[in-house]
Amino acid sequence: MRRGIGFWTGLCFTLLISAFLILPIFASVIAGVTANQFVGISSGFTTRWILDVWTNYGGTVLLSLQIAFATLAITLLLGVPAAYVLARHAGVTARLIEEALVMPIAVPGLATALGLILAYGAVGGLRSSWYFILVGHVVFCLPFMMRAVLAVLLAIDLHRLEEAARACGATWAQRFFGVVLPNIRGGILAGSLMVVTLSLGEFNMTLLLHTPFTRTLPVGLADAYTALRTEMASAYTLIFFALIVPLLSAMQWVVGRMDQQGGRR
Amino acid sequence: MHDRLRAGLLIAPALAVFLAFFLIPLGYLAVAGGAGGYSAILTEPRFLRSLISTLLVAAATTVITLFIATIMGLFLARVRFRGRSTLLALLTLPLAFPGVVVGYLVIMLAGRQGLVAEVSLALGGDRIVFAYSLAGLLLGYVYFSIPRTLLTLMAAAEKLDPRLEEAARSLGASPFGVLRDVLLPGMAPAMAAAGAICFATATGAFGTAFALASRIDVLPMVIYTEFTLQANLAVAAALSFLLGIATWAVLALARGASGGAAA
Repeated sequence: MRRGIGFWTGLCFTLLISAFLILPIFASVIAGVTANQFVGISSGFTTRWILDVWTNYGGTVLLSLQIAFATLAITLLLGVPAAYVLARHAGVTARLIEEALVMPIAVPGLATALGLILAYGAVGGLRSSWYFILVGHVVFCLPFMMRAVLAVLLAIDLHRLEEAARACGATWAQRFFGVVLPNIRGGILAGSLMVVTLSLGEFNMTLLLHTPFTRTLPVGLADAYTALRTEMASAYTLIFFALIVPLLSAMQWVVGRMDQQGGRR
Repeated sequence: MHDRLRAGLLIAPALAVFLAFFLIPLGYLAVAGGAGGYSAILTEPRFLRSLISTLLVAAATTVITLFIATIMGLFLARVRFRGRSTLLALLTLPLAFPGVVVGYLVIMLAGRQGLVAEVSLALGGDRIVFAYSLAGLLLGYVYFSIPRTLLTLMAAAEKLDPRLEEAARSLGASPFGVLRDVLLPGMAPAMAAAGAICFATATGAFGTAFALASRIDVLPMVIYTEFTLQANLAVAAALSFLLGIATWAVLALARGASGGAAA
């Protein structure tokens, strides 16, 4: 391939923008393990900041994980059957329902959270419990689970698969659990990784929904950014990266594999 | 069991959650503003100012992001080099970062001890710091908009028919002519869809402004301040309801225009 001036300009531009996106991440990671921020890397590396952060903010990490997996369980139970129904029905009603169910993605989390507080803020002990945050995360994440599963349901020949199973005498439950679910497990996996990633990083809603006793990881991060020294804030961010980056990589791997299989089909 | 009944039962839980925890709260939000809340938005100049600055920041973010992502998308869709897939994986990392973390990364880049400040000092200049200004906010918004937009535009660039480009070139079109008459029109639907998502996201973004603690009063910051510090619930509710309707409308329009390619 001949590489002209266009190639080199494109490459330089791409590398410049890549540096803009990637360098701050590395700078933050390094600051989180550097012994003395003012001296720089030559002061040596330490895990002190990470341990300090864990002592003070470990609870936020655990609460975030708890909320993320609860959100995952609920969105699986609600989203997979909903996507199945939407994939099987082509009518206007089904499309309208689909349109409605994905609305929470388009409305800023701040607005949804404020609405939740207005509607349910005074109901029993809900406001002060972690369930309040869970409700917000479920509302926000459900459309993502539904769309991930729906995309796969529409790509496979659902109708023919089900007909074949029905012709063999399978009941609805046998068809759903024995034929449909195994065929869409890629979509379910992709949706699950997406939901956990989104829930772990959700801030816009959670900042309004949380109380001092229900602080999540991103809320704790925001607090650290305004109150703590750079080393601590960076170490805290490092903990967040350590959770989120493997999840994102796994998601890309799953989606990549599904694309390959789709291409072969 | 009848198919219809079963379908209803299967989708009912999701609909119930949507109704109880999204639609009803949104209704509360619409009403809580009251006549006072909505009229305050129109009469008090600072709300109008924040609305205008929010739209300007979102528009600037969209233009800059589209410019960057179109060039990168066209480039990355065409070339193969060693490390390309690693680079792509790194470029999509910020997809999973919440706005606060992006705000912090802008501080790492352009804050008082940021990379730009260190480099400018080392080069014998002044300590350049712009994280906490309008430029910093814009930088943060562009930062989280690039990965998503890039993915959409790269996919669009890969779908372009290379024969059209070759035909144009063999007919004597200049590289700029090919870009203007072949590549950009082919990518226009994807650019519109990605641009709308970019605009809507930037309008509703909150975490970045929060982390930068900038003095630029973008709408979400005003809503947060009115709600927590001023306890001005009516105005906060009215503003966030309007914000919600606006971002939803922008996305719905974009999806209609692009035939389902947008979020």
